[in-house]
Amino acid sequence: MSVAWQRAIRAADALCVAGGALGGLWIRSRPGPARDRLLSRLAPLAPQKIGPATGDDALFGGADLIGSISAGRILRQEGILSRATALHLAMAERCPPALAARLAQSLDADGPAILLCDESAEPDEMPPASLCERVGMFVPLEGIGLSDLDAPAIQDLARARQIFPHVSVPEDLRDAVIAGAARLGISTLRAPLFALAAARASAALDGRDRVVAEDVSLAAALCLAHRAVPPPEDTADPPPPPDPGREDSAPGQRMAGDIIVDPARMALPPGLLTGLAVARQRADSVSGGAGQARQSTLRGRPLVSRPGRPDRGRIDAIATLRAAAPWQTVRRRLRPGDARRILIAPSDLHVRRYEERSERLVVFVVDASGSAAANRLADAKGAVETLLQRAYAARDRVALVAFRGDAAEVVLPPTRSLVMAKRRLTGLPGGGGTPLAAGLDAGLDLAIRARRAGSGATLVLLTDGRANIARDTTANRARAMADAEGVAARVRAERIPCLVVDCGTRPGAVLKDLAATLGAGYLALPRVGSDALNAAVSA
Amino acid sequence: MRHSFPFAAIVGQDDMKRAMVLTAVDPGIGGVLVMGDRGTGKSTAVRALAALLPPIRAVVGCPVNAARRRDVPDWAQHAEDRVRSIPTPVVDLPLGATEDRVTGALDIERALVDGEKAFQPGLLARANRGYLYIDEVNLLEDHIVDLLLDVAQSGENVVEREGLSIRHAARFVLVGSGNPEEGELRPQLLDRFGLMVDVTSPRDVDTRVEVIRRRAAYEADPAGFLRIWKAEQDGLRTSILAARKALPQVATPSDTLRDCAGLCIALGSDGLRGELTLLRTARALAAMDGASAVARSHLREVAPMALQHRLRRDPMDESGSATRILRTMDEVFGPLPAAAE
Repeated sequence: MSVAWQRAIRAADALCVAGGALGGLWIRSRPGPARDRLLSRLAPLAPQKIGPATGDDALFGGADLIGSISAGRILRQEGILSRATALHLAMAERCPPALAARLAQSLDADGPAILLCDESAEPDEMPPASLCERVGMFVPLEGIGLSDLDAPAIQDLARARQIFPHVSVPEDLRDAVIAGAARLGISTLRAPLFALAAARASAALDGRDRVVAEDVSLAAALCLAHRAVPPPEDTADPPPPPDPGREDSAPGQRMAGDIIVDPARMALPPGLLTGLAVARQRADSVSGGAGQARQSTLRGRPLVSRPGRPDRGRIDAIATLRAAAPWQTVRRRLRPGDARRILIAPSDLHVRRYEERSERLVVFVVDASGSAAANRLADAKGAVETLLQRAYAARDRVALVAFRGDAAEVVLPPTRSLVMAKRRLTGLPGGGGTPLAAGLDAGLDLAIRARRAGSGATLVLLTDGRANIARDTTANRARAMADAEGVAARVRAERIPCLVVDCGTRPGAVLKDLAATLGAGYLALPRVGSDALNAAVSA
Repeated sequence: MRHSFPFAAIVGQDDMKRAMVLTAVDPGIGGVLVMGDRGTGKSTAVRALAALLPPIRAVVGCPVNAARRRDVPDWAQHAEDRVRSIPTPVVDLPLGATEDRVTGALDIERALVDGEKAFQPGLLARANRGYLYIDEVNLLEDHIVDLLLDVAQSGENVVEREGLSIRHAARFVLVGSGNPEEGELRPQLLDRFGLMVDVTSPRDVDTRVEVIRRRAAYEADPAGFLRIWKAEQDGLRTSILAARKALPQVATPSDTLRDCAGLCIALGSDGLRGELTLLRTARALAAMDGASAVARSHLREVAPMALQHRLRRDPMDESGSATRILRTMDEVFGPLPAAAE
């Protein structure tokens, strides 16, 4: 039986004991035997299943319209939120922001615990951040094989539940959890609270009324690991401990810290932490879940119809009739002589709405090599920030890829946030070789991904065109240019609109050719200035 | 119903607490916007504030919490003649709330059963005389935002539908919160909030320990925890009530008016709303301090929260708006006496 599986089972048992105090359990897994087994372990909570499409009627209850019409009297249905002890949110990564907000509100008011069943496939998919924040524990089930799935004997839940309220946490362990969370870079204070609850539940499961070190280690793996901010890779020195003076004076403190930080670091498969952090950034910039969709009256995925006038879109006949139906008795009474079969008032009219993801992502691919880097970066930075300022109206998102040395880096993942852009763009380094192909590659990747998520994408390339680093990172001018042309052809094949800004001191044919391959506009501006650049991008 | 965490027991977050207390002294300041990370106690603070405030007197059964029988709207059907105390209402407005739920709509049940047209009040009615709290306000749909702005401006909710014309009082303090990394607020909405404060998680471990310690003590025994904090809660409540009473008597010397104008001109803040809010907030602070007149020191303390969201942003300026305000204050008022020593 693997450690990860053992931990998952323990998390499920802890949730059965502590319920709402733990918020819930975030299960990242595709459907399969492991998840089924884990969910069956949670049966004592009797979770009610809901999905991304669950609406307010079902959540909060109210008159059951359909039932009432057939029964001829008012039938009420009770809301899931008021009767459930736990909720099972299927396909949590598709959960729309509105549903997430309601569930978050319910969790804040001590509502039912939530099982987030997250079937994310892409690294940048994840359930809405507001729910991940309020659900205490995380278990990834990837890599757990059939042979791992022994179910340890179910513990005595009734007794554990009885003990749970009386379990105490020794002060040094409590402080270790809090300090450990801080050392892992976790800013939210909900995390240590959840970890303490999980530790207490773990103690209760063993029939103890006092938390010991191993409860705390388990809690760190379940509640803290996935919230940890990965340490910056290229800085050599580790983050300083929060309070070195105190640690020196109390050697027990350091040990206590290790029982938090180490299990937390070991809890996740390698690479997952970075993946989650990236996903978190991306999800933050688009509000998570199903993302920032735009409503349209013409195209896209159907949404709930809204009252409206027919000149604002197409009429939804069914919704209109449904709106009119309850009023027939009243209207009949008011207009006794009216012979029409159905009395429809203008306020019944519903128009169809569709969700159209028509926002645009502008990807700046900026040459950060050589001596002119500082100027170019400053121009790009100015343009990014000015574009974002207008983003309220235009719904544009902006991303920035910088290439230098032998690689390209996504400096600013797609965002609409000025705050984030400013933070990321401060102190961008420059200098080194010109790996043009790598830069275009990274830009194309972002653009395609944005398009897959339903938004438009535009590439803006700022360079002086002297590519000298090939894709295999060798310094070979001819190969470098050929590689760049190769990527350019792909960009064109994907029909991604493009703009090439030549900022060489002597604009030349090389970039004109590249622009032609890209099917892009070409702008020769030795010293662009963010205003001119903006005008070109907005045009 | 569960008790709320006591306001006085919230650790740190002084700007947020001060902003909320000042809007309690003078609701006319017009709402607080709290921007910052998740898990910093934003929603705890709103609920705690409402629990701190003294109960309001409201007509039993009145959907808009009217104080007197004659203020009860005529469409209200179940209002009685009795008046009783109710806690200051705090109403959550969740993302994705439909227009019908916010403004109120025709009561479909009554139509089905009795064939009767009746109005079912919405969230705005319930928030009257209390607080309307919007978490993740920066992700709210535009048409709901427009509607809120309109009602917050007029203090009245008007619903015209199905031949019914309903209007009722909707005066509430708007409290919004959100994370700036998830998206910006439209400038029009920013300007509607009287005050804006930034919150961050405490960095210092001892403070974090204290937060968790209090939270855990509260969870373990809410009633006992409230008893321990009762004296402080009562003290804070008394000073808010005293400040409300003293507020009309706080004098506004012409020097202070000149200071206000000078600061706003130097900062180039948009419109007069900033100047008015600055003065109003400074007066509330003076009342809280028991001062007889508004002084420059009051202006200094509240200028960042009253003005930072009304400045034109300069994309090239790395420092935040709050820093710019502090800098400008030093230029306009001269450096702080303490700093000059």
